[in-house]
Amino acid sequence: MHFEYLIEGGNFSKAGTASSLFKKVLKQLNVDPILIKRTVVALYEAEVNIVAHAYNGVIKIDLDTERIYINLTDEGPGIPDIELAMQKGYSTASPEVREMGFGAGMGLPNIQSNADNLRIRSEVGKGTTVEIEFFLKN
Amino acid sequence: MDNQYFHHALNFREEVCIGCSHCMSVCPTEAIRVRGGKSKLDPNRCVDCGECYRVCPVEAITIEDDDFNKIFDYTSRIALIPAIFMGQFPEDITATQIFAGIKDLGFTHVFEVEQGVEILRDALNKYTKANENLRPLISSFCPAVIRLIQVKFPSLTDNIVLLRPPLDIAAHYYRKRMIDQGATEDEIGIFYVTPCAAKIAAIKSPVGEETSIINGVINMDVLYNKVYRIIKKGGSHNFDVPGIRPLSSYSITWSLTGGEAALVKGHCLAIDEIHNVIEFLEKVENEEITDIDFLELRACDQSCAGGVLANGNRFLTTNRLHRRADVRKHKGDDPGKPEEKPITSYKEDLQKDINLTKVYPRSMHKFDDDMSKAMKKMNQFNELLKLLPRVDCGVCGAPSCQALSEDIVQEKAHLTDCIFVQKIYEQRGSLSQSDTVKIMKDIWGDERMNPYSRFE
Repeated sequence: MHFEYLIEGGNFSKAGTASSLFKKVLKQLNVDPILIKRTVVALYEAEVNIVAHAYNGVIKIDLDTERIYINLTDEGPGIPDIELAMQKGYSTASPEVREMGFGAGMGLPNIQSNADNLRIRSEVGKGTTVEIEFFLKN
Repeated sequence: MDNQYFHHALNFREEVCIGCSHCMSVCPTEAIRVRGGKSKLDPNRCVDCGECYRVCPVEAITIEDDDFNKIFDYTSRIALIPAIFMGQFPEDITATQIFAGIKDLGFTHVFEVEQGVEILRDALNKYTKANENLRPLISSFCPAVIRLIQVKFPSLTDNIVLLRPPLDIAAHYYRKRMIDQGATEDEIGIFYVTPCAAKIAAIKSPVGEETSIINGVINMDVLYNKVYRIIKKGGSHNFDVPGIRPLSSYSITWSLTGGEAALVKGHCLAIDEIHNVIEFLEKVENEEITDIDFLELRACDQSCAGGVLANGNRFLTTNRLHRRADVRKHKGDDPGKPEEKPITSYKEDLQKDINLTKVYPRSMHKFDDDMSKAMKKMNQFNELLKLLPRVDCGVCGAPSCQALSEDIVQEKAHLTDCIFVQKIYEQRGSLSQSDTVKIMKDIWGDERMNPYSRFE
């Protein structure tokens, strides 16, 4: 099954909408609640990253009985040093974003700790692609 | 365990139901459908919140309590009264008058549920400290909320505080105390006076414990009428009522919105009314909210003061309880008659019994247990939804186009139940007018679709 969600950069009031919609899908498919939680937490963090840093983005999700594959591609400033961005607490979020309760530098580490696979590719000045994968059966 | 139906206190009387579908539209878990002109409840989805009971115009929905005379099966008849009961009465009626009235009806003892708060308060703070890795913790106070989490937010069942609510603690205490005073188990009848359907359901089929120690339940409006009548007739002079101790100020307000949250250490938040609760739990489930330690969630607006069986105005009840608490606070919170053995002297015993067993999820959202089947059904669901008008008119007998699509996928309804689809099929010639009338009769009953009954 395939799902797509468009994400608007800077619209914090809508941040989390895609995660909520996809959560409902996983519940309806009777996916294990623990895996739902892991997936939704990772997806939410990645969705907020697009809202906080990029101009716009699209989330594409492919789902079958074996795995959940999430591809988040954005047009945005890109990440100059991915390794640094992966460190806990490292953040480039603006003070305004932090005031809204985002940008604590835990987003990427949180995705990492929940996902079975995480791959980030980025081109400075163009955008970022985050791929997150979960396996349904151990 | 927990795979069977929930017990429900809400009873739909088909012979009274006029199939107006008001209940169907307000049900927060979409548990109601109309078939044959009558409302039908899906017991797996119902959480006993009682919203349907509030809106039924013909009293077709009843809340099943026990026969009042059941109290006389016991020699020691204990009325467990929640603090909001006192708030139902006008302010010129005193607590003593009310208690005396209850005793006149045949109860031998009267005890206020919130005495249990004295035990729970410390236990709750210990629990929040011991479970620091689990945030936010969700109160186990409101049984409708627990059931809502089970069916709608299955991944949050672990966040429920596994401690008994004050009601259970109070019942345990009173039973132990009566036994210490020489009564035997089967002589003691503990009857809870309930402000809502959810508490009855929780007592008749408890979640998180094996069996309930409460012998019966009496609806609050029933007791209110009986007691008020006695007082209006001149009142009882039976003022010597065993069991009464003044509640502390924080116990009086415990069942009101914010009452629990005020006593738990850390960042606490109180939310009342079931739609508000659902909206907030969505966010909690996504982990959008991470800095809250304890959530007090109540299904009714103004919490128990707004219970479906609490007949007084909920704002006045809340106000009266706050005023009573203020007076108590002013007098100092710990007086009590020294000759009575208070609940705190049973603290150790009661704390041993205070834990609930694990609460299990019972998801209502799944299309199928088997994931590949569920995916097929979901595809079918998405295709169906595109065919439906998305006006959620309810004419199909389901509360929304989405609910109808789900029902069709689960083979509980047909696409032609939709009146828009019927019109299109009629125009195409694939359904005749008598076909569509037949469909409408199946949903709304023969009578409503009989052209001679109203249009002659």
